[in-house]
Amino acid sequence: MAKCIVVVDYGVGNLYSVQRALEASGAEEILIGSDSKVISQAEGLVLPGVGAFADGMRGLRERGLMEPIKAYAQSGRPLLGICLGMQMLATASEEFGRHEGLGLIPGEVVAIPDRSVDDQPLKVPFIGWATISPGQAKANEGCLLQAHTATASVYLVHSFQVRPTDPEHLLATYGFGGHRITAAIRSKNITGLQFHPEKSGCVGLDIMRRFVMSF
Amino acid sequence: MNNVRLIARLDIKGPNLIKGVHLEGLRVIGDPQEYARRYYEQGADELIYIDIVASLYGRSKLTDIVRRTAHDVFVPMTVGGGIRNVDDVSDLLRAGADKVAINTAGVRRPELITEVSRRFGSQAMVLSIEAKQRAPGKWEVYTDCGRERSGLDAVHWARRGVELGAGEILVTSIDREGTRKGFDIELVRAVSNAVKVPVIASGGYGEPAHLFQVVAAGADAAAFADALHYQRTTMPELRQMAQTAGIPVREL
Repeated sequence: MAKCIVVVDYGVGNLYSVQRALEASGAEEILIGSDSKVISQAEGLVLPGVGAFADGMRGLRERGLMEPIKAYAQSGRPLLGICLGMQMLATASEEFGRHEGLGLIPGEVVAIPDRSVDDQPLKVPFIGWATISPGQAKANEGCLLQAHTATASVYLVHSFQVRPTDPEHLLATYGFGGHRITAAIRSKNITGLQFHPEKSGCVGLDIMRRFVMSF
Repeated sequence: MNNVRLIARLDIKGPNLIKGVHLEGLRVIGDPQEYARRYYEQGADELIYIDIVASLYGRSKLTDIVRRTAHDVFVPMTVGGGIRNVDDVSDLLRAGADKVAINTAGVRRPELITEVSRRFGSQAMVLSIEAKQRAPGKWEVYTDCGRERSGLDAVHWARRGVELGAGEILVTSIDREGTRKGFDIELVRAVSNAVKVPVIASGGYGEPAHLFQVVAAGADAAAFADALHYQRTTMPELRQMAQTAGIPVREL
């Protein structure tokens, strides 16, 4: 039976590129939708998105998707959050006021620094390619980034980042003005990528392939 | 220093990839999708598509080209030309674009910049500035594919654009565009100093020194068009050259 991946459509984001990248990574059946029944039956779930945190959460709430996504995550099946979709996995965000997230990985969404460690101005949003390094998580076996912890470059566009409460959830970071910025987080079956695997060339497609093959 | 992005720029007229000099005297190069795919496979960090006659005639066939390109290109795409409103932006983003570049419509109605950045995020709102030098240290913004003077000062407009919500600036020197004489270094420096968002330099690349100069002037990214289309250089060669010169670029 074809493995069914559901990409959550809650009104924001470039879903076509995510869909195409999943297809190019070997996904057999992809459904794009916001139906809670479809989500509950998914074998893999992707929460994409770009834009502001509050808009994204409103998009989920208005479509009644909060509980279905939480229930899905608790079932142990793989969940992948991308960019804003990753940030919404956290407890809360301070982007334009305080807003609650899905709370699936404990942590806060905070602004990335606009000064370097030696007090030079940094350009924010960060837009571009960065080389990721392993975070503080000791156990990263079987994670989506396993083959890409030293030299892989990925594409990011963001002004905010997730600060996971438990350092064990910090899967990967990248350097920005001497700071370490969160690139990926993971808690068991839930992975969040700040970067866009669907826009990170071969490296991104390989990460997508690992997700597709993980169930 | 962050990685400098090496961007392939594809100017489009109707169904064709074209190239001109000073945005005029357009010549057909070929099928844009074929070139886009080649540049992606060669390691371009990003693609920029500009429909350069769309704002003259108020139409755009770009959505189809973007959608077909997004089918097998997995790096970011910025798309511009003929965008008039938020719905046009929505169509392009749904077709696979990551950002839109807005020039003419933003000059005519600056609120559009705010509307786009509020709805899709400032990271998706690239202010495209096409400028000609009027005097030392002074550049004027042109619209409608380099045909219409706007009366706006390019550096002031860049600053204002960022205040309105632009998350990135694409600066094209009409004087240098297609000439291979090098980027307009002073223009890029002035814009880069005026804003805190990333700046993409476009127009004039001819030889390696031009890339080094424009990066030293503050460019976060450089766009290459005819140098790639006419195969005077390739993406791997540009990347290698940058690395040799100590400019940080993405590791492939």
